[in-house]
Amino acid sequence: MAHLDDLISTDILGYLRAQENKSFLRFITCGSVDDGKSTLIGRLLYDSKLIYEDQLASIEKDSKKSGTQGGEMDLALLVDGLAAEREQGITIDVAYRFFSTDKRKFIVADTPGHEQYTRNMATGASTADVAILLVDSRYGVQVQTRRHAFIASLLGIKHVVVAVNKMDLNGFSQAIFNDIEVEFRNFAKDLAFLEITCIPMSALKGDNVTTKSDRSVWYKGPSLLQYLEHVNVETESLDAPFRLPVQWVNRPNLDFRGFSGTIASGVVRVGDEIEVSSSAKRSKVKSIVTYDGALKAAREDMAITLTLEDEIDISRGDIIGHTEQVSQQADQFQAHILWMSDKELYPGRQYILKTSNKSVPASVTSLKHKIDVNDLSESSAKTLELNEIGVCNLSLGAPIAFDPYNVNRNTGGFILIDRQTNATVGLGMIDFALRRSSNVVWQDMNVDRKSRAEIKGQKPVLLWFTGLSGSGKSTISNRVEKQLLDMGRHTYTLDGDNVRHGLNRDLGFTKADRIENMRRIGELSAIMVDAGLITLVAFISPYRQEREAIRNLFNEGEFIEVYVNTPLEVCEQRDVKGLYAKARRGEIKNFTGIDSEYQAPQSPEIEINTAELSSEDAALNIITYLKEKGYLHRGVE
Amino acid sequence: MNLISDFILRAERFSESTGQSVSTLSRKLLNDGKGLARLKDGGQCTLKTLESAVAKLEAMEAAYADIDKLDMSHLDRLEAESIHIMREVAAQCDNPVMLYSVGKDSSVMLHLAEKAFYPSRPPFPLMHVDTTWKFKDMIAFRNRRAKEVGMELIVHINQEGVEQGIGPFSHGSAVHTDVMKTQGLKQALDKYKFDAAFGGARRDEEKSRAKERIFSFRTEQHRWDPKNQRPEIWNIYNTRVHKGESMRVFPLSNWTELDIWQYIYREKIEIPPLYLSEKRPVVERDGVLIMVDDERMPLKEGEVPDMKNVRFRTLGCYPLTGAVESDADTLPDVIQEMLLTTTSERQGRVIDSDAGASMEQKKEEGYF
Repeated sequence: MAHLDDLISTDILGYLRAQENKSFLRFITCGSVDDGKSTLIGRLLYDSKLIYEDQLASIEKDSKKSGTQGGEMDLALLVDGLAAEREQGITIDVAYRFFSTDKRKFIVADTPGHEQYTRNMATGASTADVAILLVDSRYGVQVQTRRHAFIASLLGIKHVVVAVNKMDLNGFSQAIFNDIEVEFRNFAKDLAFLEITCIPMSALKGDNVTTKSDRSVWYKGPSLLQYLEHVNVETESLDAPFRLPVQWVNRPNLDFRGFSGTIASGVVRVGDEIEVSSSAKRSKVKSIVTYDGALKAAREDMAITLTLEDEIDISRGDIIGHTEQVSQQADQFQAHILWMSDKELYPGRQYILKTSNKSVPASVTSLKHKIDVNDLSESSAKTLELNEIGVCNLSLGAPIAFDPYNVNRNTGGFILIDRQTNATVGLGMIDFALRRSSNVVWQDMNVDRKSRAEIKGQKPVLLWFTGLSGSGKSTISNRVEKQLLDMGRHTYTLDGDNVRHGLNRDLGFTKADRIENMRRIGELSAIMVDAGLITLVAFISPYRQEREAIRNLFNEGEFIEVYVNTPLEVCEQRDVKGLYAKARRGEIKNFTGIDSEYQAPQSPEIEINTAELSSEDAALNIITYLKEKGYLHRGVE
Repeated sequence: MNLISDFILRAERFSESTGQSVSTLSRKLLNDGKGLARLKDGGQCTLKTLESAVAKLEAMEAAYADIDKLDMSHLDRLEAESIHIMREVAAQCDNPVMLYSVGKDSSVMLHLAEKAFYPSRPPFPLMHVDTTWKFKDMIAFRNRRAKEVGMELIVHINQEGVEQGIGPFSHGSAVHTDVMKTQGLKQALDKYKFDAAFGGARRDEEKSRAKERIFSFRTEQHRWDPKNQRPEIWNIYNTRVHKGESMRVFPLSNWTELDIWQYIYREKIEIPPLYLSEKRPVVERDGVLIMVDDERMPLKEGEVPDMKNVRFRTLGCYPLTGAVESDADTLPDVIQEMLLTTTSERQGRVIDSDAGASMEQKKEEGYF
C-alpha cells in the first residue's frame, strides 16, 4: 500500500527517518452525502494511495453492484457503509478515517446522519482544528452551510475551508465561485473564524483536491491537500498562558511526588514560578519528568509529570499555571450547552459535570434562551431537547478551575452526565463566571448543626414520604409527627400542598416546574435538618432522579425514604380530594398516575403497604424504625 | 535613554509572546516587580543594572526560542493521546486491567503504559487470555516481558474448554475462538471484577471499527450495545459505570498499522521474534502456510513440514495464523515489506473468513 515513495524500496532507513518528523492535523468534513462528502474523503484516501488491493477489489465489486457512477469506481464506497447501520438503529456519531502524506498524518472526522447532525458534528468538531464545509456549487450557500459554520465556530474551530464542489457541472465558472465566496464571507463575519479559504473543486473528478486543476486557471490558491499540509494551527496556543490540568498524582514512593497531566496550553520550563488555581499556593518547577528523561521545557499537548520545589497540596482537578496567570475558580457560570440526549434537559435537575480533570454535581439554574442553529436567532425556552443549543446559568456542587472556552478550548469545555444512567447527555462551553459566585461566600457559623441537634436531644433526620396522590402520605406523616411531639421531640412537616400555597406559589405542574418544586423542598428540608429538626415531607415526588438528588444533599443516614405503597386503583377509589375524577375528565393535566409517570423507589429505607397496614400501625412502624436506628436516644449524635 | 526604551520594548514583546506578565518578567530581570514600569515612566537605572538585565533577557529569549524544538511529530501526538487515556483510566476506574495479547500492538500498548506512569509502575495488572494454542515463542516472550516491566501478569485459561478438549483442529476455528477466547475473556473479567480493560484494537483495522469509541461501554453481560455508546467530546471521557458494567478502552484507536511499526522502530520496542523471518517448519492448508509449532498439529500420512523462511504479520493461535514467506529478518526490512505489500493486515487472520461471523457480531458477543 501507501506512499509509493521510491525511498521505500531504495533506502528504507532514510524513509523511516523522514517519516518521523511528520506533523499532524485533525479536521472535520461537513456536508450531506449529496454534497459529495464521502466522495471527497474517498478521493483523499485513494489519491494518498492508502488503500490496499483487497479493499480496492471489494470496492470495484461493490461499485458494479451498487455504485452511483455507472460502473466506474465509486470512491464514496470507501467510506460509506454507515447507511445500513443507521437503518439497524445503530447510533453512529462520528467515523474516523486516517491518511497521510509525506508531510502530515491526518485524522478525518466524518459525521453522517441528518437528524442527529448537530450533536454528531459537535462531537467531531471538538477535536478538529480545521473544518471543511462542502457546498454544492449549483446551490450555493444553503441553510445547512450556515448551520455547519455556526457549529464549527461554536466549538472553537479557527480555520475553515469552503470546498465549492461539483464545479465541473458549471464549467468551473469563476463568477459562480466568486458569488459563493462573497456570500459566505459576508455571513461568516459574525463568527469567530481566524481564516477562511475557499477552493473551487470537483471531488468526483479530482480537480483541486490533491493537485491544482488546469480547468480553473483563474484560481490562484492551493489545492485542498496543499492547504491541509501547510495550514498552521498551533501558533496561537503555544503563546497562551501555561495550563496543566492535574490528571493523576504520581507517587511511586515517599521521595517522589509528581503531578501528571497533558498540558492544555502554553509552555512550561524548569524554574518557572507556578501557582495552583484552587489554593493559590505557589512554588517553582523543579523538574519535568518523562520516561525518556527530564526535559527543560514542555509545551501544549505533551503528556508530562511535573515535580515542584515545595511540598504543596495538589490533587486531581487542580490546574497548575504560572504565577499571576492562573485559571479562574468558580462554582457558578454562564455556558453554552448543546443537548445530546433524547431525554430533555431540565433546569434544576442535578447532573454530573465533568471537565478535563474533575467531576462535580451541577444543575442548570436558569435557561436564558436557545439558539436556532439555522439562523442564529434566539428564543426563550424552558428545556433543551436533543440537538438544541442554549445559553444557561449553571450552579455546581463545588468550584472548578477553568478558562472561558473562547480563550482556551482545553480548559473551558465540559460534558454533562446523567446521574442515573451514566449517559453523556450534553456538552458545554463556559462563557464566564457569574459575579455572585465569587462574591457570595459561606458565612461561618459559630453555632453548628451538632450543637443545635444536641440541645434538642435528638438526631435530626428527614423522613421523605413518597407515593401517589391519595396514598396516605400526609395521614401517616401527621400521625408520626404527633407521636414524636408527644415524646418531646422537635419536628416540622412540609406538606406538598401547603408549600404550593406559599414558597412555591409561582410553580405549575409541568415536568420542569415539578422538578423545581421538588428542588426547593429539598433545599428547604436540608435547612430544617441543619436546624436540628426531625423533618417530615409528604410529597408525591414522582421522579426517582430528583429524590436521589435530594438524598445527595444529606449525610449518610440523614435521609429516610418512606415509600407509601398504595395501588393506583385504591387511591383512585378513595379520591379524598376528588382530583382523580377531575384528571379522568381531563380537567387536570399532568396528573401523576393518570397522564404523568410515577417512578417507585427501588430500595426505600421503609416501605408501607397501606393495603395491609392501618395508618396507626404504619406510624408505629416508623417510630420503631427511628428508635432502633438510634434517632431518638437523648444526647445521641 | 534610547538603551532603556529599547530594553523596555523588547521586554514587553517578550512578555507578550511568552504570556509572562510584565511584573513577573520585571522581577526576573531587575529583581523588582515594578522595575520595568518605573523605567517606562521615565525612571533611571545604572548602566550596569541595565546591562545585566539585558543579558538576562537575552538568555530568556534564547531559551524561549528553544520551544521551536518542541515541535511534536505525529507519533509524539499519538503517544501523548494514548498516555492521557491511560492516566484517565488509572485515575477514574476502580479496578482496571490491561489485556495483553503478546502481539505488536500489545507491545506498543505496554510501552506506552510504562511511559504514562513513570517513575511509577503502571497501576494495573496485565492479563492474557491463553487459548493454550498460542505459539510457544509468544508465551516465553510474554513471561519475560512481564517480569522485566515488573507488572503482575494474570494468565487465564478457560478450564471448562480444556476439559472438553476444545481445540481448533477438533472443533474448528469458530468454536475454538468462541470458547477459549471470547468465553475465556468473559470468565476472567467476571472472576476479577475488572471495571475497565485496555485493548489494543485500532480504528484502521476494519471499516466498521472507524466509528468505535475509545471508551467502549459494555453491559453486565459484557455485551457491546451499539445503541448505548457515549459521544466522546474533546478529551473528556465519561468513565462512569454501574456495578458489574465495564469499559473496554482502546488507547491505540487513532494509530494506523504504519504508525505502530514506525513507533516500534523509533522507540526500539521489543516485539516477539515471530514477526521477523526465520527458517520455520510449515505445512500448507487451504493455501495458507501454517507453522508446526508443536506435536498437536495433525499431519497427513507421510507429510513432512517444509523448512521455509517465513514470518507472521499478526500473532494468535498458531493453527489459525497464516505465515508469509519472507526474507525480512530485521525491523526495517519488515516495515519495508509491509509498505510494499498490497493486502491488508487482517487477511492473515483466519477468523475473518469464517462465514456468517461479522466483526460486528463478534464484538457484540464480547470478542475484542
